Amino acid sequence: MNAEVRLPATLPPLFPGLPRRLELDAATVGEALDQLEERWPGIRDRLCEPGPVLRRHIHVYVNGERGAVETPLPAEARVDVIAAISGG
Amino acid sequence: MKTMVLVGTRKGCFVLEREGEGGWTTRGPYCEGWPVFHAIWDAGTGTIFAAAASQWHGASVWRSSDLGETWAQSSEGLAYDGDGLKLSKISGLTAAHGRVFAGAENPGVFASEDGGETWSLVTRLEGQPGSDKWNDPANQPPGNLGVPAILPHPTQREHWWAIVQGVGIFETTDDGASWTPRNEGLRADWPLEDPRVGYCVHKLVMSPVDETRLYQQNHVGMHRSDDGGLSWTEITEGLPTEFGFPAAAHPHDRDTFYVIPVDPGHGRTMPEGHAAVWRTRDAGSTWERLDGGLPQRDAYLGVLREGMAIDARDTPGLYFGTSTGQVFASDDEGETWAEIASYLPGIRSVEVGLVG
Repeated sequence: MNAEVRLPATLPPLFPGLPRRLELDAATVGEALDQLEERWPGIRDRLCEPGPVLRRHIHVYVNGERGAVETPLPAEARVDVIAAISGG
Repeated sequence: MKTMVLVGTRKGCFVLEREGEGGWTTRGPYCEGWPVFHAIWDAGTGTIFAAAASQWHGASVWRSSDLGETWAQSSEGLAYDGDGLKLSKISGLTAAHGRVFAGAENPGVFASEDGGETWSLVTRLEGQPGSDKWNDPANQPPGNLGVPAILPHPTQREHWWAIVQGVGIFETTDDGASWTPRNEGLRADWPLEDPRVGYCVHKLVMSPVDETRLYQQNHVGMHRSDDGGLSWTEITEGLPTEFGFPAAAHPHDRDTFYVIPVDPGHGRTMPEGHAAVWRTRDAGSTWERLDGGLPQRDAYLGVLREGMAIDARDTPGLYFGTSTGQVFASDDEGETWAEIASYLPGIRSVEVGLVG
């Protein structure tokens, strides 16, 4: 594996079998999203708008640095997908 | 027979239900607490559909084929691909003739032919008067709903009406291929560049027993059509205010119709804190206040455009939900009311289904 992906708690209830934390082999954030989409169809729409670009309140961090769909994933990367603070 | 009241709230969908004339119970919240704009019952397929828009995860339509016990959601096809136009929410749902329509913001109409698994764009009403401006945020009202509602013809599948918020009603008889504005006779208290459009239609309903009889609650006044929407006549006189959102047409009497007037301006709550539903039995010539069992003082309740529903019983039941989370029901055509839920999140929609 080259990336450990951590997902927000709001996602697993929408996609049966989706864990909060999983390991993927992907060269970019976008490739990681592709792999998630293959296994859990529809998940990309919950994280991205057409483009694809990340939704406004979905933040992705690669090894602690803010990333985007095209951000490369170095070996052993940690990818945090965060549902940012929004509303009350 | 079970009565099932679907309540769309700012924090998920709830189901209020009772067997026969028994007590009401509440289930939910469903849809993972996503803000729900409109939840409907499709009696043809026995499916609940709920249009929701998560602040994080975007707009999607949820569906349940077991009365709300289990749910799935999909937004496959709910996008304006390739033209940079964003879809922020699905504002209104309509099930008719074996498909489900979804009215969207920015303005557009989508449809699903497979029970909500996938969606496709039907129309953006391109070229209609007003369309060159309605995607400009500067021209959109606060909380813009785009196309808040679709009204289907009861027997003609390709014949339906779409409301564009702040613009007016459009009619198609060829399933969205061509359109005609249908706002003749409506009032506007503001300048109009094109008299065919520029009207603020809040709610459009059709008499279930006469397809030529339509009613609408407008930003300025109540209006009736006797010719299937070709022309409109104002019927506001006798109501406490000209402003309101919801409306309901009696299932068996073309002349009976219900509205909930509220104060215009910023408040948009029931006048003088005195809760009431208003009914006409003569197509709007006269109005009567129905407030039996409703709070008579200090009740500053608001009801949004999809916030009232009527069932199809011989003596129909009426239901409305408030933006402060109360649901009221009447078993006697609005004469008397009971509060059947008190502490739900702010309510955006109320629909009713009779099951079994």
